[in-house]
Amino acid sequence: MSAVEATTPIVHKTALNPVHRQMGAKMVEFNGWDMPVEYPSSGGIIAEHNAVRNGVGIFDVSHMGDIRLHGPEALFAVQHITMNDASKLSIGQAQYSAMLYPQGTFVDDVIVHRLAETDYLLVINAGTREKDFHWVRDNTHEFDCYVENLSDDFTQIAIQGPKGVNLLQKLTDTDLSAIKFYWLTRGTVCGLPNTLIARTGYTGEDGFEIYVPGDEPTSAMAWTRVLEAGKEFGVVACGLGARNTLRLESKLALYEHEISDRINVWEAGLDRFCKMEKLNFMGRGALEEAKAEGLKRTLVGLEMVERGIARDRYRVLDDSGREIGYVTSGSYAPFLKKNIALAYVPPEFSKVGGTVKVEIRGQGVKAQVVPTPFYKRPKKF
Amino acid sequence: MAYPSDFKYTKEHEWIKADGKTGTVGITNYAQESLGDIVFVELPKVGTEITAGKAFGSVESVKAVSDLYAPASGTVTEVNTELATAPERINKDAHAAWMLKIRLKNPAELNGLLSAPDYEKFVAEEAGH
Repeated sequence: MSAVEATTPIVHKTALNPVHRQMGAKMVEFNGWDMPVEYPSSGGIIAEHNAVRNGVGIFDVSHMGDIRLHGPEALFAVQHITMNDASKLSIGQAQYSAMLYPQGTFVDDVIVHRLAETDYLLVINAGTREKDFHWVRDNTHEFDCYVENLSDDFTQIAIQGPKGVNLLQKLTDTDLSAIKFYWLTRGTVCGLPNTLIARTGYTGEDGFEIYVPGDEPTSAMAWTRVLEAGKEFGVVACGLGARNTLRLESKLALYEHEISDRINVWEAGLDRFCKMEKLNFMGRGALEEAKAEGLKRTLVGLEMVERGIARDRYRVLDDSGREIGYVTSGSYAPFLKKNIALAYVPPEFSKVGGTVKVEIRGQGVKAQVVPTPFYKRPKKF
Repeated sequence: MAYPSDFKYTKEHEWIKADGKTGTVGITNYAQESLGDIVFVELPKVGTEITAGKAFGSVESVKAVSDLYAPASGTVTEVNTELATAPERINKDAHAAWMLKIRLKNPAELNGLLSAPDYEKFVAEEAGH
């Protein structure tokens, strides 16, 4: 193997790539994918973000991966490799979960969908697609079930925001009001029969994710029809920039930021998605030990008190200037109009109302520990 | 957006409008377009010495931090404090939303900067990549 081959990264493209370019999107490389970061025609990140909070925005999230497990022992396989309790899922229900290493740290976070009696779909992150698929396959050999990588089969479009339901209802006969948050069904969407419709998302808003065939013409048709149908609701196309600020305001974890192979479930504060009462699952033993040992660091929300924006990897200091932790994600929050961040700090610094400093270009800038999520959508149902 | 012909430009996308002794400094329309929504500007205090080609402050969009480079050397005589609370003015009109006024140390430095047509050509090439 030549050195060039080993170091030249392959940049993947979704089926909607030509559509994004045609729309004039600013494209960036994200985890090996050429993706839109923002659409100047939508008004940019702040406008896209607020469209999702107040109305509706759509995202191409086809870079996400999809792994299907089906067969007589599919449930046991899913239970073995994920930390939430998949036995609680009804057919047509989904749950947030994660796959863990034996050390109790994260392979990835996932949404587990129960498609049929013994048929599960794991939706995983773009940057970890190959790793996750191998992980799932290698750790489910002992179970009587098939593991299929469907990552390239779908174009996944997220329709997010309080008006998302109104938009999508125009494109399907399926009664969307019957689908609760984190439930899914199949129906005809944009004339495409048997389309998976899930009431899920990564924005902290109500919304849907639809899975349409991954070929370019069908993908472009669906994207265009969604935008057309959304005109009366002020829909805009949204890029990864708004996706990131939306998930940050809602404190949704991002791999390699809040969760990684060096961070465990307790540190990340994802206890409620981890069912220790399950007989066994990968990572459980280490998590029991970690719990007994006690937390060394914990994820907190910060709001900047003095002028400055905390950014990923910036150091967190105590009042005396001693390094105590680091920022995992930080940004201007477009809806809240504040500078916010998530950071790992020792538990003694995690008390809401306490202050720390974030080192910004050599200066300690004051920040306050605040309750999270920073933003919570008004509950309607 | 036209690039004013009485400004000089850097390849780092700052502009300076000079009258021989003093200069007004900002970032170009191309810079604000590339950055996207600008949400934070950090500028030096009045009296600070800035040096041509060296960073004098920073500008942050929602997604990124960028250094600001001095188009010429000099002493800061005035700072546009409005940008602290309304950084979006740079997005609205980058060539009007000035950042600093400086007393030029060496007005001859300006000869090394790009004219409006040269800068326009430069960004057309950069955008083409």
